Amino acid sequence: MILDVGFETMPREDLEQVQMRRLQATLERAYYNVPFYRAQFDKNSILPSDIKSIADLQKLPFTAKQDLRDNYPFGMFAVPMDNVVRIHASSGTTGKPTVVGYTARDIRTWSELMARALAAGGATRGDIIHNAYGYGLFTGGLGVHYGAEKLGASVIPVSGGNTKRQIVLMKDFGPTILTATPSYALHLSEAALEMGESFEHFKFKFGIFGAEPWSEKMRGELEEKLFLTAVDIYGLSEVMGPGVAMECHEAKKGLHIFEDHFIPEIINPDTGEVLPYGETGELVFTSITKEAFPVIRYRTRDITSLNPEPCICGRTHIRMNRVSGRTDDMLIIRGVNVFPSQIESVLMEFKGIEPHYQLIVDRKDNLDVLTVLVEVGEKLFSDEVKVLQDEERNISKNIKEYLGVSATVRLVEPKSIARSEGKAVRVIDHRKI
Amino acid sequence: MRVSQISVFLENRTGRLAEVTGILSDANINIRALAVADTSDFGILRLIVDNNDKAEKVLKDSGFSVGKTNVIAIEVEDRPGGLHRILSLLTGAGINVEYMYSMVTRRNDNAVMIFRFDNTDNALKMLEANGIPVINGSKVHDM
Repeated sequence: MILDVGFETMPREDLEQVQMRRLQATLERAYYNVPFYRAQFDKNSILPSDIKSIADLQKLPFTAKQDLRDNYPFGMFAVPMDNVVRIHASSGTTGKPTVVGYTARDIRTWSELMARALAAGGATRGDIIHNAYGYGLFTGGLGVHYGAEKLGASVIPVSGGNTKRQIVLMKDFGPTILTATPSYALHLSEAALEMGESFEHFKFKFGIFGAEPWSEKMRGELEEKLFLTAVDIYGLSEVMGPGVAMECHEAKKGLHIFEDHFIPEIINPDTGEVLPYGETGELVFTSITKEAFPVIRYRTRDITSLNPEPCICGRTHIRMNRVSGRTDDMLIIRGVNVFPSQIESVLMEFKGIEPHYQLIVDRKDNLDVLTVLVEVGEKLFSDEVKVLQDEERNISKNIKEYLGVSATVRLVEPKSIARSEGKAVRVIDHRKI
Repeated sequence: MRVSQISVFLENRTGRLAEVTGILSDANINIRALAVADTSDFGILRLIVDNNDKAEKVLKDSGFSVGKTNVIAIEVEDRPGGLHRILSLLTGAGINVEYMYSMVTRRNDNAVMIFRFDNTDNALKMLEANGIPVINGSKVHDM
C-alpha cells in the first residue's frame, strides 16, 4: 500500500522542485546555525544562495563521521536544546558515541516515513507488529515503534533478546508483521523449533529486516524458514534512523529512497566524483527536511548503486540496490556498528596490552559471534592462569560496556596474529551473507 | 633460598610444547622440572632449567613471552603423609599455594617439590621454624 500517494508517486519534475525548495531552506538553516557548516561553506567561498540546482550540490564539501565526532556531543545541532525533544546515539570510540537530535517536527517526519516504510513492506493498520529491534539509544526500536503507531497498527515493543519469551508472544499474540535484524529473525526461527513451535503455525505475513547487510540468498532462507515475505529496510541514525529507504513488497527489487526528504548521491569513494545512475560507489545523503540535525553530503560509507527505472509499485522515488559493503572497516555485529579502532581503544585502557589484536567474526546458529584475539606480550604475561583469565574476562566486560557488543577474548602468543606488509590484519570476517 | 623459574605463554595448539623443548635442546639447556597449567585455549609452561639467562634469551629470541618468577624448592619426605604434613602447616599459617609441581631428581632420599606461595616470605619463615628443608636456589639448577 502507498501511504502518501501525493509524495510517493510525484512526477520527477515536481519532486525536484520540492527537493530544491527544501534543500535551499536546509542549507540556510545549517549555514546560520551550525558553526561547522558555516566554516565549511566559507572555506569553499560558497553561500547557500549559490546552490541553485540539485546538481549544484556537488559544489559543497562532504561531511564525514569524524566531523560528527569532532563536534561531540551537540555541536552539529541546528536548533537550541529547548527545541530538541529526542536524542539518539550510536556506539563510538570509548564512551564517545555519534549523537543525533530531533525536534518534535523531526519525530513527526520520522514517524511518517517509518509508517510509509511499513506500508511499503506490506503492513496496514489492521496488523500486529512484533518489533524485535533494540529499544534505546539505537534508533531501530523506537523508529519502527513510532512508525507503527503512526500507521495505526498494533505494536508489540518486545525489543531484542529474551528469545524464548518472544516465541511465546508470537504464538499467543499472533503478530502478522515481524521487524528485526535478519540474523536475529533466523535465530528466532530456530529457537521456535527448539521449543517445539514453528513459524508455519504463526500468523506472520511480512518481515521487515534491516540494520545489517543481507543478501538474496538470505531472503530465500528467511522466507522459507519464517513463512513470510521478507523485505529490506535501510537507514542510519546520522541521516534519521530506519526509514530512509524501503523496499516495496510488490517488486522486492531495491529500496525506494524517500526523496522528498533525502537527496542521495553515489560517489567514487577515492576521488569524491559523483557517479551516474547505475554505477556502484559510496552512498551520500543530504537531508532536506530535518531541523535539529541536518546533514549535508554525509558520507555513509555504504557501497551501493542507484536505479532510476520506474517500479511496478507505482512509486517514483529512486531505488538503491542492496548495500554490498563498506568503504571503511566498520563491522556490523548483531546490528551494532563496531569499528576495530573502538576495540583498540578499549584494549589500550589495559596496562601492558600491546596494540596487536585481531577481530574474528563468525556466524553461529545465525547469530554473529565476535572473538577478539590479543597477543600476550611480556607485560601482560603472568605465570598464573587465573591472572590471565581475569584479564580475558575484564577485556570482554569493557567491550560489552563501551560498545554494547558481546565478545569472547582469547589470549594468543606474541607475533601469532598474521601481519601483511608489517601491518596486522585487523579483521577476519568468516560470515557468508 | 629462592629458585628462579621461567614461564612461557603457549597457545593450545599442536606442536607448541615441542617447539619450546626444541629451542632449549638446541641451546644445550637441561630441563630440571616442568609443569603445564592449561585452559581450553592457552597454557602456561613453567620450567626450572640449568641455565636461566640463556633459556630466557633463546626463548625470547624465538618470539615467546617469557616470565620469571621466584619459587621455592622443598624437600618432602617420601612416605605417606610427607606432603600432607607440609600442606597442613601452610594451611594453619594461612598461606596459600598458588601452584606446585615436583622435580624428577631426589635429594637426601626425599622428593623435591617446587612451590609458589601467595606470600613467599611468610612461607619461608614458617618452613624454617618447622625444620622443613628448603633447598638453595643455586643448587636446584644443578641438581
